Amino acid sequence: MIYLKLIWAYLKIGLFGFGGGYAMLALIEREIVGPKWITEQMFTDIVAISQMTPGPIGINSATYIGYVTPAHSSPEFQGVIWGILGSILCTLVVVLPSFLLVTYTSHYITRHRESAIVKGVFAGLRPVVVGMIASAALLLMNSDNFGSENNDVVISILICVASFCLVQFTKIHPILIICLAGLAGFLIW
Amino acid sequence: MNHFKPGLCTQLFLTFFKIGAFTFGGGWAMISIIEKELVDKHHWLDREEFLDLLAVAQSLPGILAVNISVAVGDRLRSTRGSIAAALGTILPSFLIILAIAVFLTPDLIKNNHTINSIFRGIRPAVVALIVAPVISSARSAKLTRLTVWIPIIVALLIWSRLPVVSNPILYIVLGGIGGYLAFNRSMKNRKKSSSDL
Repeated sequence: MIYLKLIWAYLKIGLFGFGGGYAMLALIEREIVGPKWITEQMFTDIVAISQMTPGPIGINSATYIGYVTPAHSSPEFQGVIWGILGSILCTLVVVLPSFLLVTYTSHYITRHRESAIVKGVFAGLRPVVVGMIASAALLLMNSDNFGSENNDVVISILICVASFCLVQFTKIHPILIICLAGLAGFLIW
Repeated sequence: MNHFKPGLCTQLFLTFFKIGAFTFGGGWAMISIIEKELVDKHHWLDREEFLDLLAVAQSLPGILAVNISVAVGDRLRSTRGSIAAALGTILPSFLIILAIAVFLTPDLIKNNHTINSIFRGIRPAVVALIVAPVISSARSAKLTRLTVWIPIIVALLIWSRLPVVSNPILYIVLGGIGGYLAFNRSMKNRKKSSSDL
């Protein structure tokens, strides 16, 4: 039964997907493309679409793969309804493990907020989290996001610097900045 | 939690729906928007609290964006809040992807020049949205001349993509243990100095 297999695969992805979207992709590829539920080409498509639509890549891929896999893997599950069922199941299942873990951990921490262990651990984690956000920014400064031709790179850097100044020195909402950057891209390219 | 207006769950859902609809480039890019919405606009959390929730979200497996919303929702309104916030985060991308899967073929999106050019503008802006919280979180972490090296070294080693040392989990474990040991030692010193008096 393909639905049970999908649920099992996405439980594993939700439970072991550390380190954000792109680290998760390797795991998704192994679990979903490995057993040939979808083709390599479909997987590349979903990665491309995830980059062009809002939302976490883990959710995007779960919704898409949940929709296409039933029809692709078995003749009895043709049709939109089966696809929607698959996408709902995969999307819920991929968030289930982290939902339970985060809820449980938060409750534990709230209960022991004044304890030496929790206070100490958080004091130690704060600088680490700062470093992790910085590393995420560094990792994204690549040709995927800034282009590879000289002119494109210069324009991209200008957009990046302008956006940074707007976030840092004005009260403009980040969502508006994203819209402005999209408009700039539309006008320039 | 009685001082919250009724309908906080609805507000949480709508806020995270907005955040989910504008999250490009993964959970880290959400941080600027979440900070703006939750800390500056709604005053649901202060910056330090937000950083602690971020630490919890990052330390656990799963989708970072979902983890953050669950942690924030849980802090504000317990389980109901976390469900509202998580659904808000998930729903925009779920609906958009479902619409694409049902009505369009992937090639239509991938090769669409307009969408492509819009995203070439958005991607560098997203990087800027991730640089900004580095500064605000460094401020609320109250780094000293000694501890300021921790984020710098952590960032560079993760960025290096070297085996083992580029694994973020390593620094979560080390940071937690180190923080606990340092806290214990300062407590002992404080006890000693107060008994000396």
